[in-house]
Amino acid sequence: MSESIIKEENLVYKKTNLLTSKALSYCPGCGHGTAHRIIMEVIEEMNIQSETIGIAPVGCSVLAYDFMDIDMQQAAHGRAPALATAVKRLYPNKFVFTYQGDGDLAAIGTAETIHACNRGENITMIFINNGIYGMTGGQMAPTTLIGMKSSTSPYGRDVALNGNPLKMTELIAQLPGTYYVTRQAVHTPANVRKTKKAIRKAFEYQKLNKGVSFVEIVSNCNSGWKMAPVQANKWMEDNMFPFYPLGDIKVPSEQ
Amino acid sequence: MKELRLMKGNEAVAEAAIRAGADGYFGYPITPQTEVIEYLFAEKPYERTGMVVLQAESEVAAINMVYGGASCGKKVMTSSSSPGISLKQEGISYIAGAELPCLIVNVVRSGPGLGTIQPAQSDYFQSTKGGGHGDYRLIVLAPASVQEMFDFVDLGFELAFKYLNPVLILSDGVIGQMMEKVELSEQKPRLSDEEIIKRCPWATTGKTPNRERNIITSLNLIPEIQEKHVEKLHQKYLKIQNNEVRFEKIQCDDAEYLLVAYGASARICQKTVDNARDKGIKLGLLRPITLFPFPSTAINEMSKQVKGILTVEMSLGQMVEDVRLAVNGNVKVEHFGRVGGMIPSPDEVLLALKQQIIGG
Repeated sequence: MSESIIKEENLVYKKTNLLTSKALSYCPGCGHGTAHRIIMEVIEEMNIQSETIGIAPVGCSVLAYDFMDIDMQQAAHGRAPALATAVKRLYPNKFVFTYQGDGDLAAIGTAETIHACNRGENITMIFINNGIYGMTGGQMAPTTLIGMKSSTSPYGRDVALNGNPLKMTELIAQLPGTYYVTRQAVHTPANVRKTKKAIRKAFEYQKLNKGVSFVEIVSNCNSGWKMAPVQANKWMEDNMFPFYPLGDIKVPSEQ
Repeated sequence: MKELRLMKGNEAVAEAAIRAGADGYFGYPITPQTEVIEYLFAEKPYERTGMVVLQAESEVAAINMVYGGASCGKKVMTSSSSPGISLKQEGISYIAGAELPCLIVNVVRSGPGLGTIQPAQSDYFQSTKGGGHGDYRLIVLAPASVQEMFDFVDLGFELAFKYLNPVLILSDGVIGQMMEKVELSEQKPRLSDEEIIKRCPWATTGKTPNRERNIITSLNLIPEIQEKHVEKLHQKYLKIQNNEVRFEKIQCDDAEYLLVAYGASARICQKTVDNARDKGIKLGLLRPITLFPFPSTAINEMSKQVKGILTVEMSLGQMVEDVRLAVNGNVKVEHFGRVGGMIPSPDEVLLALKQQIIGG
């Protein structure tokens, strides 16, 4: 039925070629699907499918390899930058990227993240920050905002009890090994276009061998936040963006 | 005439890695194995063969670098000593689950905890019974000389790629630190990218139009599939047990008593055998070279010949459990060991044999 109504002239949106036909396992309204899509669009547009190796560690996106039609490695929690380091050093001409969530990149994998950035590995890191552990059902993440409720901060994150939220992207931007650091979002068409441009740059910069290119995507977790998708996006704009402001944090100097 | 060199065990591992055509070494300093990474950086293998050497930020990162490199079909390794090997267990479990080839070297020191930097053999359980989580086995090689430290690197890589399984060289602070004459092998060339794709069609080297994407994972969320996967691993371990048992028998033909020891303890026991025979005691030594697979059949056969068996380990008694399983009650099996970085002397071993086996 659905096939018959999709005529060429009616087609306004379709699956990008480098996503598989497997139905996404993400919750409706989640930003992961959009982030996956634009990464795959960039890889297709750059014509680098045969030269790209992706690494997704534990988190909601642990099954990214089911959806991305490229060679992929599934890493232990937090360890993707270590795998990526070895892959890129052993295959310096390949494009290597990690796709990590906030619990992964900013908690259990903090050491791997900071040191891969500080060594200036020529990799791209995509960081999905939704302020919560989505996969395990909504626990407090290192990026959970002060006052934000989660299943392990049920009365809201309290600094005295839980410590402060961590601005990982600002932190790694200070390291000499990072070349391009930006924070984007994928909740509106305009933001999707900006993020795609950022990801394109992040992949292009790998050719320069100048160090890590790092794209944070502030995203929603409507299930973990216990909100409807539209409400979650609004909440993200009102609460996440003031603390995690969008825009470039470190851009290559024009020389 | 082959090239001879006087080397430390740890240096032999490093030189062997270069000559085996390894693609990458990822490590972190820890006594008593730091010479491995020091030797590599001094030797600049990236200029000799193109081999990558990297000092990681942690043992955890180092083993995960190995995981990433092995996922690409590259010949990669790491080395450490006991506390560092404990940190690597997560990565080793993933590598075993994802069925990847790699080499890990443990130059054992005494534990538990930080213990001491002196030699021990107290990581036998960790090495042969799992170490990390899940049903898996490593192929475990136990060198007893600097020559074997050298030879087992290439052998380890061969076995790792043959079975797509991590291989552990279980050494100790004695073998790692002592200097002996080593006969060096010829330089093996590193494989080209095309050769790697041919040898490892499963490797993540970039999806080309002529094949489906390659995925390296240890995750199977569907129990029926995970059960099949674990059973497949089990079949592989059985095959390894059937094909890869290695051991050495020293003066066993007429032996009335038997020592079982590996690594540095086996070297000490060799002297004990000589001393015992000088005194008219017909003593033999069975030295397991592979600790997994364990030479159970050979030990069982010896148990039908001898009056008693003493295992000698620098631990409170770990391998002795496998010896008892192999002997299955045929004869008395006792353990003698020193711990905490203390090394048993040949005379102590002979005394223990007299007290615990001959006189007991």
